[in-house]
Amino acid sequence: MKLIFERGYKGRGSEHLPDCDVPVCQLPESMIRAEQPALPEVSEIELVRHYTELEKQTYGVNDGFYPLGSCTMKYNPRINEEMASLPGFTNIHPLQSQDTVQGCMEVLYKAEEALNEITGMDRFTMQPSAGAHGEFTGLLLIRAWHLHHGNTQRTKVIVPDSAHGTNPATVTMAGYETVNVPSTKDSLVDLDALREAVGEDTAGLMLTNPNTLGLFDPNIGEITKIIHDAGGLCYYDGANLNAVMGQARPGDMGFDCVHLNVHKTFSAPHGGGGPGSGPVGCKAFLAPFLPGPVVEKENGAYTFKTPKFSFGRVRGFHGNFLVLVKTLTYILSLGREGIPEASANAVLNANYLMNRIAKDYDIASGSHCMHEFVITLERLQKETGVSALDVAKRLIDYGIHPPTMYFPLNVKEALMVEPVETEPLETLDEVAAIFEQVMEEARENPDLLHGAPHNAPIGRPDEVNAARNPVLRYTP
Amino acid sequence: MGCYVPNTKAQQQKMLETIGFTSFDDLYKVIPESMRVKSLKLEPGKSELEVRRIMEELAAKNNPFKSIFRGAGSYDHYIPSVVKSVTSKESFLTAYTPYQAEISQGVLQSIFEYQTMICELTGMDVSNASVYDGPVAAAEAVLMCETRKRSRVVLSGALHPHVIEVVKTYCDARSVEVTVVPPKGGKTDMEGVKDALKDDVACLCFQQPGYYGIIEDAEALCALAHETGAKSVMYVNPISMALLKTPAECGADIAVGEGQPLGIPMSFGGPYLGFMATTQRMMRQLPGRIVGETTDSRGGRAFVLTLQAREQHIRREKASSNICTNQALCAMTASVYLAAMGPSGLEACATQCHSKAVYAKDQLVLIKGISLCYDEPFFHEFVTTCPVDPDILNRRLAKEGILGGLPINEGLLWCVTEKQSKEEIDRMVAVAREVCES
Ligand SMILES: Cc1ncc(COP(=O)(O)O)c(C=O)c1O
Repeated sequence: MKLIFERGYKGRGSEHLPDCDVPVCQLPESMIRAEQPALPEVSEIELVRHYTELEKQTYGVNDGFYPLGSCTMKYNPRINEEMASLPGFTNIHPLQSQDTVQGCMEVLYKAEEALNEITGMDRFTMQPSAGAHGEFTGLLLIRAWHLHHGNTQRTKVIVPDSAHGTNPATVTMAGYETVNVPSTKDSLVDLDALREAVGEDTAGLMLTNPNTLGLFDPNIGEITKIIHDAGGLCYYDGANLNAVMGQARPGDMGFDCVHLNVHKTFSAPHGGGGPGSGPVGCKAFLAPFLPGPVVEKENGAYTFKTPKFSFGRVRGFHGNFLVLVKTLTYILSLGREGIPEASANAVLNANYLMNRIAKDYDIASGSHCMHEFVITLERLQKETGVSALDVAKRLIDYGIHPPTMYFPLNVKEALMVEPVETEPLETLDEVAAIFEQVMEEARENPDLLHGAPHNAPIGRPDEVNAARNPVLRYTP
Repeated sequence: MGCYVPNTKAQQQKMLETIGFTSFDDLYKVIPESMRVKSLKLEPGKSELEVRRIMEELAAKNNPFKSIFRGAGSYDHYIPSVVKSVTSKESFLTAYTPYQAEISQGVLQSIFEYQTMICELTGMDVSNASVYDGPVAAAEAVLMCETRKRSRVVLSGALHPHVIEVVKTYCDARSVEVTVVPPKGGKTDMEGVKDALKDDVACLCFQQPGYYGIIEDAEALCALAHETGAKSVMYVNPISMALLKTPAECGADIAVGEGQPLGIPMSFGGPYLGFMATTQRMMRQLPGRIVGETTDSRGGRAFVLTLQAREQHIRREKASSNICTNQALCAMTASVYLAAMGPSGLEACATQCHSKAVYAKDQLVLIKGISLCYDEPFFHEFVTTCPVDPDILNRRLAKEGILGGLPINEGLLWCVTEKQSKEEIDRMVAVAREVCES
């Protein structure tokens, strides 16, 4: 496929602006760049066709089944998009006076109220722009609280070995040291190892529950107690909230703060990698340390306030506002029955699909999962040489997006499957049949899988070459 | 109403039975009873029509302005129709990060093209696929420069206040000391910077054009940093890059900025686009996704996420950053905008911004009591005094559908873009005259 730079013709372009209606001024020559940037010179029709072609080589939720574990690829309702495009939201400058943005502030306030109720927290900051950004904000909140109480010796954060890569990376960014704790053979938190790991230097724990194997840790009350007893605080990675929305709340499990990935749980689309939004909620005792400003309601009007001991901003302005418009739209649509129902069906769909394929695939996450489950292809790999990667690539030939591969790290040859609640039973049955078929092929004709995909727009890319000889931009 | 679950109650029951359960409660029996939610204190679900009414009512409680003379980090530019039409395409909208290259060439190629355009705008060698916003890009950039021996960063006080705050947050967490050199005459204080640049300084970060609109002597500032062995980070306005010397020409090590002016609506502050570009030498310190070109098994051109050894999913606690989800669709918005404008269109846009800002300034200073605070070449923002309470002036302008300059210590920080016609500028000036001279 041609690059946009390989289309068009020198001097081509479309006019979008009228002639300048004031005297034209030039900046001093000494300030001017030597050459114009070599941007594309294309007509509008070439531009539109280019992106139409690119779209055809892109697979989204609207194209088919997308069981990408840990990513919650649920349907993104169209009404959300339309509401986020209302000019009353998009044409608002972020530094307008507060009396002219009461609607935006009410959106933030209402979304926060609902998220407090869903998570069992007392206050939220809407600034963080994604899950990892929320993790960073949450750990800084914990850090600010510790420092406020003179706990300078608390320098370590405990992270289970099954955790997402952003957790330990965040620990470093927040100036802490990671203490990895191994999981039990059932992939839960090893309580003894945890008791051993905590101490005077424990600042906190980062955990997702259900965990990255799709298992709810029934010892969660004990886990958070061990941390609290040692003087640490508990951070909930909300990436897996889609399992338990309206069913169980991090606040009731003993967590002190939490981030949500609203681009997962609350149906905002992923946009090929973003933007998302990662609001962070906390218990009342942490609220004075939140980034500012937050929205308060006083005498029927909304105002911005900076919390008393705020540790500062984590980004400009008020967060990914339009993504939060989608969040609120979704929460209003589902309401108090729809929210738990969505989670219950996410769990049902996962268990159903797991059950359907369990006779062919080894399940690493026990007999009963939450919203996702993990397959291990270790045995298949040993017996036939067919890897998790091969199976994933073969699934592409059948028109479905592969599950998450090689995650969590504590499972060998892992494929993590998250079917989400918005998939109908018929799709799950079709998918189960495809999985069955692929397993049969793996045993009969491993080469077929090694060479997959066979009918995708491209074959397997040479990633080693890409990293060794980086070509990161177009040069004519 | 409903939760977009397609399965009927009967189907759900059948599925439960297939897997050996009788009710939904069975699915959750691993959760201790004391932790189960009995009932959420939320309103019942609503139909699409009801939700639409509520959201439209909320939007109607805002006051969008017809003529906008305020910038300060968020800019009102004309967005060609084609931009929204391309970025609303459903496969782009509903795809995840392109982990599976074979079915994600569209997104991957679009990022590769975006990286190329950012390199062209800034003159730098390598761009990443975006971070959350401009201030975060600045924070990530200064941390790229940190070494064991150099753990202090110097910021120009003529940076946007949010940039300073966010850089401080990020640096504070890693015990990197931040020195802010207060601005002088509305721009970076050269002497102050020189004094602050000791041999423990990792980098100097400044904004071009500065927060008060003035065009900095970026070459001199980069040279100052380099003399002491520090790196230089330039926070640039991407539209101004159509005219101004590029960060590469000025000798910068890292160019970052807020990409919002490139076709992204103001949207009360987000989602926006943090762009980051650097030299070949510092490529492996860049945070976030990077797309590279390679070949596929059939020998054709292919694009993949690359240099992943920097990233959190491989390096975990040793990663260059924790970023995972970024602002991909905003990056695509910027590329479509840049392709729609083309090199001449972008230059025309930048020239009009500058010309109209100069025209507005010339008209405003004719008003009694209004004068230019800093008489230096500026791009499309400038600061004037205000003889009356700025809020009074702005309230009067608001009645005419005009968003006036941002109140700051000195008076008002104005911005004019290509979008404001001469007529609109004249009308704004007329109202201002009425308020200030009466
Ligand atoms: C378990 C877990 N934690 C954290 C994250 C990071 O979230 P984000 O990509 O929104 O930064 C993810 C998603 O990728 C995740 O799956």
